[in-house]
Amino acid sequence: MVAFYNEMNTADGGVRPHYSEFAKWLQTAAPERLARKRAEADLTFHRVGITFAVYGEDAGKERLIPFDIVPRIIPADEWRDMSAGLRQRVKALNAFLHDIYHDQEIIAAGHIPAAQVLGNRQYRPEMQGVDVPGNIYAHIAGVDIVRAGEGEFYVLEDNLRVPSGVSYMIEDRKMMMRLFPELFSRHKVAPVLHYPDLLFDSLRTAAPDGVEDPTVVVLTPGAYNSAYFEHTYLAQQMGVELVEGRDLFVRDDTVWMRTTRGDERVDVIYRRIDDDYLDPLAFREDSMLGVPGLLSAYKAGRVTLANAIGTGVADDKSIYPYVPEMIRFYLGEEPILNNVPTYMCRKPDDLDYVLNHLGELVVKEVHGAGGYGMLVGPAASAGEIERFRERLIAEPDGYIAQPTLALSNCPTFVDAGIAPRHIDLRPFILSGEEVRMVPGGLTRVALREGSLVVNSSQGGGTKDTWVLEE
Amino acid sequence: MLSRTADHLFWMSRYIERAENLARLLDVTWQMSMVPQSLDAANQNWQAVINLNSLEDAFFAKYSETNAANVLRFMISDVDNPASITACLRMGRENAHAVRGTITAEMWETLNATWIELNTQNTDAMMTYGPSDFFDWVKLRSSLIHGATLGTMLQDEAYQFIRLGTLLERADNTARLLDVKYHVLVPTGEEATTDFYQWGALLRAVSAFEVYRKTFRTGITPSRVAALLTLHPSMPRSLLFCLRGAVRSLALVANDQSGETQRRAGRLYSELRYARIEDILASGLHEFLSDFMDRVEDLCNGVSNDFLVTPQAAA
Repeated sequence: MVAFYNEMNTADGGVRPHYSEFAKWLQTAAPERLARKRAEADLTFHRVGITFAVYGEDAGKERLIPFDIVPRIIPADEWRDMSAGLRQRVKALNAFLHDIYHDQEIIAAGHIPAAQVLGNRQYRPEMQGVDVPGNIYAHIAGVDIVRAGEGEFYVLEDNLRVPSGVSYMIEDRKMMMRLFPELFSRHKVAPVLHYPDLLFDSLRTAAPDGVEDPTVVVLTPGAYNSAYFEHTYLAQQMGVELVEGRDLFVRDDTVWMRTTRGDERVDVIYRRIDDDYLDPLAFREDSMLGVPGLLSAYKAGRVTLANAIGTGVADDKSIYPYVPEMIRFYLGEEPILNNVPTYMCRKPDDLDYVLNHLGELVVKEVHGAGGYGMLVGPAASAGEIERFRERLIAEPDGYIAQPTLALSNCPTFVDAGIAPRHIDLRPFILSGEEVRMVPGGLTRVALREGSLVVNSSQGGGTKDTWVLEE
Repeated sequence: MLSRTADHLFWMSRYIERAENLARLLDVTWQMSMVPQSLDAANQNWQAVINLNSLEDAFFAKYSETNAANVLRFMISDVDNPASITACLRMGRENAHAVRGTITAEMWETLNATWIELNTQNTDAMMTYGPSDFFDWVKLRSSLIHGATLGTMLQDEAYQFIRLGTLLERADNTARLLDVKYHVLVPTGEEATTDFYQWGALLRAVSAFEVYRKTFRTGITPSRVAALLTLHPSMPRSLLFCLRGAVRSLALVANDQSGETQRRAGRLYSELRYARIEDILASGLHEFLSDFMDRVEDLCNGVSNDFLVTPQAAA
């Protein structure tokens, strides 16, 4: 049995210093009050409509992401290291993206095989030689981090396409302040509610050269997208239009939106639509979500897309193992955050090892996301393992495997009372003239006992995340 | 503002207003059905509800008799009726959902909570204990939405499109209500049938009973009821009131291509403003109301073409 790191308690039953004040409060809090507060939170989230649409069965229904009332607390010094590591990582990833769409030095230097980059499904040849403002590709990154032990953090994946979840970070904070105001007078919790301001600022500075007062819009696939709440929320908080593809059109390599007072030029598009759907003329022609001609306007430098087209190649699971190499190559620094050791099934030796250790490993689809199409060896049945074995043998290129990490636990309010559940953390990193973030991020928690999968589509919940100020 | 956003706002308010007026229409029909009368006469009143909304095909595909239970069920919650109160509230909420970033949090939450509560309403219980509580609830929710709008929303362009949707829909609905009830109560066009209860119920359906008393201080007569609902300048559900508001809102959102729609709205308003009820009744209330409803529909199409429809969507 692996001993999991508990965020609040030490192995000998003591309480870690940064949780001591909270533990005292928890002792005096009646369980009935906590249960009532949790019910109140559910009710409020329903009424406010902070819900996500579900794919697959029950399609069309709106569901709540369960909110847990026990915060995840991060001490100041840990956050200092973590944020330095995140800054470093995102800088290197942006440098990598610029490089592979221009001179490809990292390939020439032999650090990454050319086929891994250029042959990647997410690599966009259309972007070769295209200059983007400030050389920023991933304006918004959501980097998933887990803790395995004291001071031991691993990056699980870098989300550089359209990372979501930041609205839950904000709503969870608002909910905690509403439910338990007394806790905030007993802790110096670093604020996060200004995230939309930082985002707006980053987007404005990303405007094409020469645009003095840029018009920023948020581009959504529409009301049936699972993250629609977040799209409306961010647009509203930034005070910009929330547009769909059909609201925009391209004329003379310029993007316009249709308004009640005529056409208005658009300079920066915070797009929450995948590359494939952005422009039916350039990518998937069956896309109803995109804007015909957008790529052409983008390449002409008349509009900025955030994130840029073609970032997917850098957060692809087959590229992930090379990120430490990127940090050394572009920044000349040693990585601050760890990468999880990764077996690449396209390598025969690795595949061999993986097939012999399926029961211990986590196997992921290279292009998968959202916890779909993944095998958690220790939790899987013999049948599931066999099915995955067949898929692996059939298409080894499509998979990577990693050792099952001993994800840390955090006390969580469940039906039986307070019990440990596994968590991860997704901080949101904004790149503009400088790299900025709000302290903490979104903590996701696997509500099922023993489960290591925190994705909301797989029964995960969220927690408020407190970075304590010194 | 985005044309699509304006379109959603316009339809959001139209659907909410329609749900409220449907509740009012059904409520008055229900109240009138409790006055002693023959079964045929009662069913005729319910039949009028179906005709009024041009729902004969959909209704008779499913039911054979226009009795209270069938019509109420069909108009309140039948999933096969796209014009039921439930359907209107759902469409109102869906339109609001599409622009929840444009309306205020209070407005959205009121609309969303309405939808959540609606799903807990039990149509069977309504049939057993009477639907009036439900109709009151619909009216109350609509009032809450109006209140949240008035109390929290910036009175900008977005607000004017909400206002336009509400007023044009209400004008049409009041005209419809008057048209159908007037002819049930005054089949020959004479001033003979002045049933206090029936007319009282009609006035209450548009929350105009007290207004009537204040305005006329005399017994209820059909022509005065008609005058109140069409030409009263400050009764919030009268045709004149609605048109005056619509003309104002149109002026505030005017763009390069909306001149003709403004002209037509202004002309219709002026005709009402200087009309006399005696003349209207002399040349036929039904004809007058039919013409009015056609012209309101024309205005809605004008608003749609001038502001809401994107060039490509129209092509």
